[in-house]
Amino acid sequence: MNANNGKRMLWVDHMYRIRDDQDQQAFAELFGHFAPRVKGFLIKSGADGSLAEECAQEVLATCWHKAHMFDPARASVATWIFTIARNRKIDVLRKQRRPEPEDLGWGPEENPDQADVMALQQESEQLGRAIAELPANQRELIEKAYFGDLSHSEIAEQTGLPLGTIKSRIRLALERLRHAMK
Amino acid sequence: MMEHSIKHHLTDDILIGYATGTLPEAFNLMVAAHLSLCDTCRAQAESFDAVGGEILDLAPSNDIVLEPGSFAATMALIAGGPVDEIQVPRVSGSVLPGPLQDYVGGDLADVQWRGIGMGVKQAILPTSRDASARLLFIPAGAAMPDHGHKGIEMTMVLQGAFQDEDDYFARGDVEIADSDMHHTPVADIHEDCICLAVSDAPLEFQGLLPKIVQRFARI
Ligand SMILES: [Zn+2]
Repeated sequence: MNANNGKRMLWVDHMYRIRDDQDQQAFAELFGHFAPRVKGFLIKSGADGSLAEECAQEVLATCWHKAHMFDPARASVATWIFTIARNRKIDVLRKQRRPEPEDLGWGPEENPDQADVMALQQESEQLGRAIAELPANQRELIEKAYFGDLSHSEIAEQTGLPLGTIKSRIRLALERLRHAMK
Repeated sequence: MMEHSIKHHLTDDILIGYATGTLPEAFNLMVAAHLSLCDTCRAQAESFDAVGGEILDLAPSNDIVLEPGSFAATMALIAGGPVDEIQVPRVSGSVLPGPLQDYVGGDLADVQWRGIGMGVKQAILPTSRDASARLLFIPAGAAMPDHGHKGIEMTMVLQGAFQDEDDYFARGDVEIADSDMHHTPVADIHEDCICLAVSDAPLEFQGLLPKIVQRFARI
């Protein structure tokens, strides 16, 4: 286990401490890392500072309340928080409901198999490394797609790149990421 | 019940849009309904969520300042308890996947159908106006309503099946059509067909009558 994966497993452990012991120290550390990032995400998505602040607080409070729903065999803590923040964004900025698929019926077990958790967290670490190593132009487009609340054609408008180029760069980037995950 | 293996899936473009939260609500509903039936696309969608998680984690945060007292305010929110989410319990094993039950406000029997001619019925679901979602009921063997594709239209089979010139679509299969497409799909003769159809073109109430109304025996 290298340092980065250690960090991911540490966040998982924080989530357990929040879920099992209502551990405020663990929550304070999670908050310190993720609250500013969630706020930044919402600002890039078009929220003003005070709305983004309010939403970031709500997102982190949701992490506390839904700690029992977090399944480390299916998602990293960062991914789980991203999905909560994205849903909040749709709710608040787009004023829409966010339809979610049916539960798989094998929701979070009390304590999922440690090997499954390690494998998933390991994969997510690989993915993070692969994203960090993407060529700048591909990484930038992926960030815009996820953070800027822009559709492909809006990215085309903003960057002046033809729509085809954008689609193929995003596809290329995801192809690269998929390859890195093997 | 053996689930038929789905052959016609959502595109990566649509799944990325679902992950990034940039699709209109009606399209999100289509994705959520399909993911409820399709493990392949669900795995794909989860991997796109994972990309979002990593980008969030990698984002520099030194230029973002939280308000003073932000943590204390969050602890106060927590002390106030979770926000109640009113949710109608979902029925499992229904023709309607869970997310569609949420929009119908019940199960198949609760759908408010309106006849649009020749036995074809539709029920428009309440989504934001940038796109539309509706359930369609097409009697066995009848032609699908000709809706003159404008923009992107996706149709997913929930019950029965339909076929067009090239392909056969059964439960969970999604047909994706754009404005260049001209065809007349026909419902399978064995069972009435129920579909979810979403479109990012404005809903037109004219032209919903089947262009060619015919009884059609597949075999
Ligand atoms: Zn699929």
